[in-house]
Amino acid sequence: MERRDFLKKTALASGALMIPAFLKPFEAFAMDALSGYKNLVIIQLSGGNDGLNTVVPFGNDIYYQKRKTIALAQDKVIGLTDMLGLNPNLSALKEIYDQGWMSIINSVGYPNPDRSHFRSMDIWQTGSDANQFLTTGWIGRYLDSNCQTCSNPYTAIEVDDTLSLAMKGANLKGIAVQDPNRLFQSTREPFFKDLVQDKHDAAHLSEDNLGYLYKTMIETYSSADYIQKTSKTYNVTATYPATGLGNQLKNISKFINSGLQTRIYYVSLGGFDTHVGQQDQQGRQLKTYGDAVAAFVKDLKSTGKLDDTLIMTFSEFGRRVEQNASNGTDHGTANNVFIFGGKLAKAGIYNDAPNLNDLENGDLKYQVDFRDVYATLLDKWLEVNNSQVLNKNFSGLNFI
Amino acid sequence: MNNARQIKHLYARAGFGIRFEDLHDRVNWSIKKTVKKLFETSAVSQPITVVDENLDLRYHKDQTEEEKKVIQDLRNKQEKGLNAAWFTQMNDSEAQLREKMTLFWHNHFACNIGNSYYAQQLNNIQRANALGNFKTLLIQVSQTPAMLQFLNNQQNVKAHPNENFARELMELFTIGRGHYTEQDIKESARAFTGWQYDGKTASYVFRPGVHDTGLKTFMNNTANFCGEDIIDIILKNPLTAKYICTKLYKYLVNEVPDDTHVEQMTNVFYKGNYEIGPLLEFVFTSDWFYEDKNTGNLVKSPVEFLVGLNRQFYVKYDNPDVLLQFQRTLGQVLFRPPNVAGWPGGRSWIDSSSLMYRMKIPSTVLSAGVIDFSGKATPEDEAYLASMRKQQFSVIKRTQSVPDWDKFLQRIPMKTTHQEVAEFMLEPKLNTTLVAEVNRMTDIKTMVIQVVSTPEYQLC
Repeated sequence: MERRDFLKKTALASGALMIPAFLKPFEAFAMDALSGYKNLVIIQLSGGNDGLNTVVPFGNDIYYQKRKTIALAQDKVIGLTDMLGLNPNLSALKEIYDQGWMSIINSVGYPNPDRSHFRSMDIWQTGSDANQFLTTGWIGRYLDSNCQTCSNPYTAIEVDDTLSLAMKGANLKGIAVQDPNRLFQSTREPFFKDLVQDKHDAAHLSEDNLGYLYKTMIETYSSADYIQKTSKTYNVTATYPATGLGNQLKNISKFINSGLQTRIYYVSLGGFDTHVGQQDQQGRQLKTYGDAVAAFVKDLKSTGKLDDTLIMTFSEFGRRVEQNASNGTDHGTANNVFIFGGKLAKAGIYNDAPNLNDLENGDLKYQVDFRDVYATLLDKWLEVNNSQVLNKNFSGLNFI
Repeated sequence: MNNARQIKHLYARAGFGIRFEDLHDRVNWSIKKTVKKLFETSAVSQPITVVDENLDLRYHKDQTEEEKKVIQDLRNKQEKGLNAAWFTQMNDSEAQLREKMTLFWHNHFACNIGNSYYAQQLNNIQRANALGNFKTLLIQVSQTPAMLQFLNNQQNVKAHPNENFARELMELFTIGRGHYTEQDIKESARAFTGWQYDGKTASYVFRPGVHDTGLKTFMNNTANFCGEDIIDIILKNPLTAKYICTKLYKYLVNEVPDDTHVEQMTNVFYKGNYEIGPLLEFVFTSDWFYEDKNTGNLVKSPVEFLVGLNRQFYVKYDNPDVLLQFQRTLGQVLFRPPNVAGWPGGRSWIDSSSLMYRMKIPSTVLSAGVIDFSGKATPEDEAYLASMRKQQFSVIKRTQSVPDWDKFLQRIPMKTTHQEVAEFMLEPKLNTTLVAEVNRMTDIKTMVIQVVSTPEYQLC
């Protein structure tokens, strides 16, 4: 008998044999596996958010000397310590900070910083060195490394229409879901369905590119079904601001609270490249950010999920210490990273305020490598050895 | 003699696919004759000239906010115009092989900068030399303002060498990792000091004042080398020919290099003094190029996918921004590679969302449908968006595309079965389900749209 015929015969005789694991009914998963299921939510601020006007070093005269027209006045800043305070547009986060659910890590960056948006974003998303070009993202490599427990695309969901490099591993990739219902509908068109339903051809499950395409299609089909079915069992009752980010975080709340088996969520907010007229523009974006995150954190607290959720916010770089002549700032280097969660080991200001006395060509020197932040999340939260994902070992930090 | 399958494969790889009428014309041609025809139609290089102003994009102390905004807006318009111009040329040009190879060099010499005038100039150099001599191409590319700026050679001066250009020259453009030392990079960087450009005239200048005239030891040779000497030494090493041939093999034949085939290519390339044309001719006339395992197994890049679709159906776009949106959504924006290493390609083009879009785009384009997506701004867009006080580009949901169905359908010979049409349009072999689906459709238009909305259509 030809191998092909044999495969066809067995496939027909016993459908189960040929059905990949991800198509098996989900009831098979034990529900108690969900308790203590830890989520990580990553919020990317695109364009290079000016960290010094986000967490303001209002206790430092140099800040006011270097930013004659765009510095935030001391009486406007929301004081956190006698040195640092929040931009008034982040007022919603003050309550979160006071509850001990927020940690601010200062001067995060990497050696030989790149000032180009696309390259620096590339470095942050792949977790590479400045002179190294990786084709996979750090979350993607987490999926690759940990596929015993996470062989489904929905282990990492990007709430967007398209998937960022961060989410693409060599073998496994996350899935982009802006709207679970829309994704579900688009996978249910008749022709598409017929292609997916066909399991009689061994070619679909082969190792070549065509097999990979069919496998991706089938996974998308079953993931869309699972995400739609699971998430619609939960209704978010909390109020969220009516902004893009507000809606995205509301969706994530729905996903988390409905018990979706997802470990990582990823969202982006753009508009931070403020070369010109920074105060208004950045203020608007920060308000969008702060209001949405505050609503999200409070929502998770009330549903009992805050202890099992961590939120991290980063941007590809900070801005120069000195403002430019157009009431804006140009590309810089190190920046602050925010962490939110119900069980932080070190809430508040994690490390020293940026040193404005000791600059490199007018830019902040980094004190914390961003991969130490990733390593902490990988080791202590996602429970995978960080060197597997970051290609070398980082010692990590103590915020969780 | 019926070479239909081979000729279809040749055009899928050496170009962006073949149309019914062209295949019909050439079905009895020999491979040799067809390859010759490919080169003939690509003999002329048509430069792109849409960007006619070299904008000064630097911020000046005395500029007002308004003036900056105006510049941002102009920059954005130029960038869109350049993208649309090249896309249109790929859609319309008969010089398929040349455009396809320009796309290869565009990725090999990946460059991502804000100045569209420089980007256009680099693109024209890559097109002019796409089928020419690799050494000429390499030197011309290395001396473009685009590349000198992108790889910081403007800052590479005797007193402070900058190694960026020297490193990428070896790691990515010529010999590949593992065949040079860090010391080789340091020494050759010194040889390239003084390679600069004049921003205003957008032309290469050599500045002797900042050039290091000392002795350099490079790959075990010591002399007062200049940049051209370094390039000569690198090209003398057959490993450079092998590196380029391996990359070309992956682009044209198979993602998994076959040692024997690559070695054959390397010999042709090296002995032929790095002439690209004869190398390509060798590949396209080799028996192994037409083997089953090298057919219908390459993942089309988003640009190849879109251009193939547009060419097959003579699609015209009322608003070229739609094409830019498709590129963003599928993850390949011309002139904006992710980094100097270019797009990784292969399976990395395909994830759940990109595959869904790739399977949906043809039906929206071919039946003037509506596509629902918002697309991500690239990091470079953020400055523009911020200055315009917007969070996102406004999205076009109507594709505003006009395919020429009549022309497409007229070219299909009478009595062609549905299955034959599907087999013509798809490079991989059809599976039983697909054949059943295709035969079930009564309406040929619907059938064709289904065929180009399959996983099979993603391969070439």
